[in-house]
Amino acid sequence: MDLIIPTVSQGLLWSLMAIGVYITFRVLDIADLTVEGSFPLGAATAAACLLAGWSPIPAMLAAGFAGMLSGVVTGILCTKLKIPALLAGILTMIALYSVNLHIMGKANLSLLQIDTIFSLYAVPDFTAATMILLVGAVVVILTGVLCYWFFGTEIGAAIRATGCNPHMIRANGINTDNTIILGLLISNALVAFSGALVAQANGFADVGMGVGTIVIGLASVIIGEVLFGTRSFKNCLISVILGSIVYRAVIAIVLQMGMPPNDLKLFTAILVAIALSMPLFQAKLKKRGVGQYVKD
Amino acid sequence: MLKIENISKTFNPKTITEKIALRGVSLHLKPGDFVTVIGGNGAGKSTLMNSIAGTFRVDTGKIVIDGEDITKWPEHKRAKYIGRVFQDPMMGTAANMQIEENMAIASRRGRVPTLRWSSAAEQREFIREQLKTLNLGLEDRLESKVGLLSGGQRQALTLLMATLVEPKLLLLDEHTAALDPKTAAQVLGLTNEIVNKRKLTTLMITHNMRDALSCGNRLIMMHEGKILIDVGGEEKKNLSVKDLLEMFERAAGSEMNSDALLLS
Repeated sequence: MDLIIPTVSQGLLWSLMAIGVYITFRVLDIADLTVEGSFPLGAATAAACLLAGWSPIPAMLAAGFAGMLSGVVTGILCTKLKIPALLAGILTMIALYSVNLHIMGKANLSLLQIDTIFSLYAVPDFTAATMILLVGAVVVILTGVLCYWFFGTEIGAAIRATGCNPHMIRANGINTDNTIILGLLISNALVAFSGALVAQANGFADVGMGVGTIVIGLASVIIGEVLFGTRSFKNCLISVILGSIVYRAVIAIVLQMGMPPNDLKLFTAILVAIALSMPLFQAKLKKRGVGQYVKD
Repeated sequence: MLKIENISKTFNPKTITEKIALRGVSLHLKPGDFVTVIGGNGAGKSTLMNSIAGTFRVDTGKIVIDGEDITKWPEHKRAKYIGRVFQDPMMGTAANMQIEENMAIASRRGRVPTLRWSSAAEQREFIREQLKTLNLGLEDRLESKVGLLSGGQRQALTLLMATLVEPKLLLLDEHTAALDPKTAAQVLGLTNEIVNKRKLTTLMITHNMRDALSCGNRLIMMHEGKILIDVGGEEKKNLSVKDLLEMFERAAGSEMNSDALLLS
């Protein structure tokens, strides 16, 4: 039982990253690997700022801003320089590894001795775990509402149309280079912001903490879509947030059942591989079903 | 309205797959001209269309719309003046978005998007009125995703979207070719209705000689990257498919060999 609060909290903090992955993977239709670098970038930036004496909110805004820059770099690589999006993301991700080391000055920064967003505004009767849950919920709700509003605006609609049909949106006068760059900017800002939150919750920032970010993001997106639907954009956003929480719950359960933590990434990768190949199996099953129907 | 001067385009120059698609094409369209374009495969019809739309830059020559030189403009900038309907019914609309959202985007063609809400309530009545003119019942399905519509419905919707903001030039790239004959006739009828009523300057590629003769006030036939035949007014009105084939043979010095064109 005492696992529930930390599980939901982690799910909430990571769900911002999952929304970022949703924006690139589903809205823009790009598999953006920048997230593997922008997640620790957010953590590193926030940690370095906090240790330099910044208060948590400016430190997190700085992290989000750094994430934006990383998204813009990938965006320029894949639009203006015509590098395939997958490779553009990998290039930025690799570059960010060095950048993150520069920001932190070493591979790992501890935040245990300083005030974070969770400790600074602590409510007297609440435990540290409850504070993480509370702050996480507030931030996720704010971000969700903001995303819903933004993607409903004229600019947001142009970004959604870019991922759906670039020919159509260009024929309607929108520069798709700009919408792609803007989409990547927003996505990576959210991912870095998520990294900043996770670092503060866990008490450290580590240069290796981004490994597997994309897979965790995809797992959250797909679990959410399967379990909670994709009827509308609002529905999708809520699904992704809940998907991130369910993913954490699944991880907590398999760890409880005795799976060695070292196998976590393998487990997640297999989970995502199965989920991504589902449409193929569904189509095959459907075909077989139709075939039988005709025979009958 | 549209002035094309001596444009040429070669794909994959200086390689084994080099293809000279346009060889010095010039074409002037007066305001309100409805020009049909025919020609066999590889005649350069689509290349001409895409050159005007800005899908790629031409190698030489000049393209002017309403006095403005757009030769170096990127595709999205030209959309301010040009409405387009593609051959592929999937290309003109965003399948995952609602009918209303697609219409809202089209209603802003050529305008810089802002942070205003995209599907504004006050615009809904206008969108509904416009959809009613299609007689497809789409006005009652504003929130349906466009992906649920048939090819014919999507093409009709694309046509409406392309003309929602009045274009200085309407480009129709074989927009009925992918449809079944009955639907194709309906979409063509709608095209005639919209273009004639609003006197839109239009360039329409077609594979169908009869359509090319029955629609519009002028007809051009392309062959090997050049405009071979250009007839308008009374002369076009009295033309039959047989006359056209004879004209082609005289001009090209060879027989028409495009099955698609002959069979249609």
